[in-house]
Formats: sequence, structure tokens, C-alpha cells
Amino acid sequence: MLGILASIADGLLIGSVYGMAAMGLTLIWGVMNVINLTHGAMIVAGMFAMYLISDWLGISPYAVVAPVAVIGFGAGVLIYWLSVHRMMGRPPLMSLLSTFAVNLVLIGLGTDVWGTELFNVQVSLPGLSFAGYTFPGTHLMAAALTGVITVLLFLFMQKTRAGKAIRAVAGNREAAELVGIPTTRVLALAFGLGVALACVSGALIATMFPFTVLSGGAYQLKSFVVTVLGGLGNPAGALLGGVALGLLEGLATPFMPVSWTSVIEFVVFVIVLIAFPRGLFNFTFRRS
Amino acid sequence: MDRLSFLRKPFFWIIIAVAAAFVVLPLWHNDVALRESLILAAVYIILASNLNLMIGYAGYVNFGSIVFFGLGGYIGVFLIIDYGMQPFLAALAAGVVVSALALVLGLGILRLHGFYFALATIGVNQAVQSFVSNFTPWGGASGIYISMSAYQLLGGPMKALWTIYFLMVGVMAVSLLLSYAIKTSKFGLGLLAIGQNESAAGVLGVPTPLYKAMAYSVSAFLPAVAGCLYFFKSAFIQPVDAFDLSFSTEAVVMVMLGGQGTIAGPAIGAFLYEELRGWLLTSATFSNFQLVIAGAILLVIVTFAPGGVMGFIHRYLPKSRKFLQ
Repeated sequence: MLGILASIADGLLIGSVYGMAAMGLTLIWGVMNVINLTHGAMIVAGMFAMYLISDWLGISPYAVVAPVAVIGFGAGVLIYWLSVHRMMGRPPLMSLLSTFAVNLVLIGLGTDVWGTELFNVQVSLPGLSFAGYTFPGTHLMAAALTGVITVLLFLFMQKTRAGKAIRAVAGNREAAELVGIPTTRVLALAFGLGVALACVSGALIATMFPFTVLSGGAYQLKSFVVTVLGGLGNPAGALLGGVALGLLEGLATPFMPVSWTSVIEFVVFVIVLIAFPRGLFNFTFRRS
Repeated sequence: MDRLSFLRKPFFWIIIAVAAAFVVLPLWHNDVALRESLILAAVYIILASNLNLMIGYAGYVNFGSIVFFGLGGYIGVFLIIDYGMQPFLAALAAGVVVSALALVLGLGILRLHGFYFALATIGVNQAVQSFVSNFTPWGGASGIYISMSAYQLLGGPMKALWTIYFLMVGVMAVSLLLSYAIKTSKFGLGLLAIGQNESAAGVLGVPTPLYKAMAYSVSAFLPAVAGCLYFFKSAFIQPVDAFDLSFSTEAVVMVMLGGQGTIAGPAIGAFLYEELRGWLLTSATFSNFQLVIAGAILLVIVTFAPGGVMGFIHRYLPKSRKFLQ
């Protein structure tokens, strides 16, 4: 029984990081109705950025989280101008395809440079033992940092002028434009933030699990599952969705082979998508 | 309009001529390398032109169309190996089963629109892939291997490869003719209306949920048949190859490259993409750049020329509209 509880608790820790990645995806969707298909590639970019920078400077990976966020933001703004800006106001197919195209280019370049080898970020953090079960230090640290970043994000969205502008554009772009908000710049900012969240969560995942250039696909799908659980466009829901996914994984692990968990995940994903397309945790009231 | 009016359409004869060229060219010098390259092109054309029924006609992006191909492969190979069924019968059976599954599934997931549908198609493919990876009767993650003796059904391995090739070319021709037949039918008109404006189409009396599910189901049939033939030819089938998401996203690139919504477009796109891919894989400098180039092409097309190759042809040679659709 205690083993199951420990597995669930560990699942929750990891799930919160999935939640943060999904917040990036859902933020972009909420503001500009674009599904960012570079999401997985940017998660991997975060993993490699952390690995390379901390290896190069010889410092603790956790000291690199902030620089990774800044790099991710820059990359996001660049991707916005390259592939998303021209797709505004065109059919949804177009932005799906344009971000997917950038994703192909990134994955292709990554495979060319690093191949498909397995990489590992070396971290030595003492775990926390509790009643005979040890929680890995990296999982605790990742969940703690996720908490901090989430709080910072919510403060930014609620208290700052830029955050309010993002929410205004998400609510009604024309009205925001009319009251003098530079909507194009706000869209670029939101896209940059979304990608930065993907990169940072990728970096935190890299401290927990080994990764390859192609790991992004699996984590991108997890983000989709989480976002759909939480309701597309709802950051708070995404975090809850992430925790719910972690709970599901933690709960399933003691009872069945690991390979079956993904079957359950995707079946839940398709069912939720069909039965509750607005998500299970969609508390926010949005004008339809 | 009499029933044989399609015989007077030049486009019908273009499709027949292309299929005939596919048959004759490798036979000319008994060129096995050319045959292998063309069978891949035929598979791409089959996938792209059936995907086009969803993307180009109904306006729904299916990122996971490979699930039909893979599932068809598994069902077909399973029938051939475990029941000794004739390969073309097994291929047809695979097509019927997958098509029926798609109809049921389609009635569910086609209630979703735009992005939600696109996400669901990815989810369906991944769910099926992870299920098959754990399904022991089909060999789980290591898949099914086909022993040489299975090819006796088609008169030995050498003859079997040619037979499968001709069958594949046949499926390709049927795919193109099907696209053509649908586009000129009431059903096709309904789908195009859904692609333009679904609510308006519904108001005007198009049975939108049924038509969409039918399109999804029809677009599953021939890829499943092709999947059975393809994996029988490869002599093994694994979940990783059968449900390779990047393959079905490449099919999306082919449809866009050629021109979505046209009949010749996806075929041209598929052929160009296959040639480009073959060239990139053999060239020393670019062997790893296949995805980079595919991505760059897609970005340029989506940004500057959403009509693809056919868009260009139709713009600069307006007369081509009469015979090239």
C-alpha cells in the first residue's frame, strides 16, 4: 500500500513538470489559436541547451535554468516571426503545417549534429527518504522549480502591464488593438513565453531522464494529453492536467508493465477529446 | 450523360497512361532497382491521394493517416501467416476491416473540428501503436516475421515481388480514379462544401456527419490494402515502422507540395517527394538533411504558395484546367 502511495507521489512530482510544458502549449493556443507543433522540438532544445551549457561551463545544471528560459524565449520569438505571423487569420491547417515545417527542420538539424544517441545530464542531489522509500532529489527539485516558475508566471500574467496585454489579446484581439495594445508584439511575446516554458520543462526533464534528439515527440504527445485534460487555452487547467497525468502514471506503474501506461494515456486522451472537448478542468468562464 | 462519359475525359486516360508507364518501365529491362523505387512512389501516391480526400476535399487535417496503412499491414500479414490466405484476398479483407473500423471511429472523432480533430488523429495513431506494441498475438514490439515459404502462395519470392508490384500499381491507379470519381460525384461536392464552410453546407442539406465519416472510412480502405501488400513484401512488420508518425506527416507534405484538393496534385507531390528523398539519401552531403529539406519546402509552400505545384500550373497555363484536375 505504501509502495503505491510512494509511486503516486513520485508520479505527481513528474506530472507537475509535464504540466508546465503543457502550460506553454496552452498559453499559445489561448492567445492566438495556434497549436505549436514545434513544442516537442523545443522541449528537446531545452534539454540540449541545459546539457551543453552546464557541461561547457562546468556548473550545476540548475544554475542554467534561467539562461535556458531566455534562450527559449528568443527562439520562440524567432519562430513566431518565421512561421506563425503570416498565418494569422488563415485557415487552421496553415499554422499547423507551418509550425510542423519548422519542427521538421529542427529535428533534422538535431539528428544531423547529435545523431540519435542517448544523453544524460549528471546531477548529484541527495534523495529524500520517507518510510523506506526514497524520492530522487532530481524529481523533488524539478517539482519545486516548477512551482516557483508557475507562481512567477501567474504573477506576471496578473500584475504586469505586459501580462495584462496578453490576457486582453487572448480575450479579444480587435478590441485590444482598438485600445492601443500593439497586438503583434504581444502575440510574439506570448509565443516566446510559451516556447520558454517548453524549453525549461525540457531542461528539468533532462535532469530526471536520459534523452535523445527524438525524445520530443513523446513529450509533445504528453503535453497534448495534458492540455486536452485541462482544456485547451487554460494554463491552470494544464497544470492540473499534468498532475492528473502524473497521478495516472504513478497509479498504473505498480499494477501493469510500463509499456501499457501509454496505451491507457492515449485511450484516455481520445475519449476525453471526444466526450469533453473543453477539458475536465476547465473552470474559467469564456464567452463562447 | 451516359454511363461511359468518363471515357471521353482526357484526365481519365492520363491516369491510365501513368499506371501503364509504371507497369511497362521496369519490365522493359527487367530493372529491379527501378521497380523498387517505383513501388515506393506508388505507396506514397496511394497514401497522399487518399489523405487528400480528408485534407483537400473535406478540409480536415489527418496527421495520423498512417494508422490505416499499418493496421492494414498487420491484419493482412496476420491473415496470410496464420490462415494461409491468398495475399490479395487478405489485402481486401484488411481494407474492409480497417475501413469499417474507421467508419465507427470517424462518427466519434469527426464531431471534433480543426485543431481538435488533428490532435485526435495523432492520439488514435499513438493509441493503436502502443496497443499493438503490447499485443502478443501480433508479436508485440518485435512484430511479425514472414518466412520465405509464405511466398509460395504467389509462386516463389521472385515472382511474388513482381506480382505485388503490379498489384500495388493497380491500387495506385484505383486511388487516383477514386479521387476523380469522388470529386465529380454528389458525395464529393458535399465534401468540398464541407471544406468551404461546414455550417453552411449543413444548412443547405449536406448530411455533414455522415459524409465526413464516409470520407474518413473511404480514405482508409486503399491505404490498408497497400499496407498489407507493402508489409508482405518487406517480409516483416513492426509497430515502429507500421505506425511511424513521421511517415504520415510526410504524406501531409506531399499533399501540400502537389496541391491539396486537386486529383493530380497529391500524386505529383508524392512522386516529387519520393524522387527528392531518394536523391537526398544517396547524396553524400545531404544524407541527413531529408527532414530539413522537407520542412523548408513545406514552410515555403505554406507561406508563399498554398496551391502547391498544381496551383502554379493552373495559374500559368489556365488551359491545363481542362485536362489536368
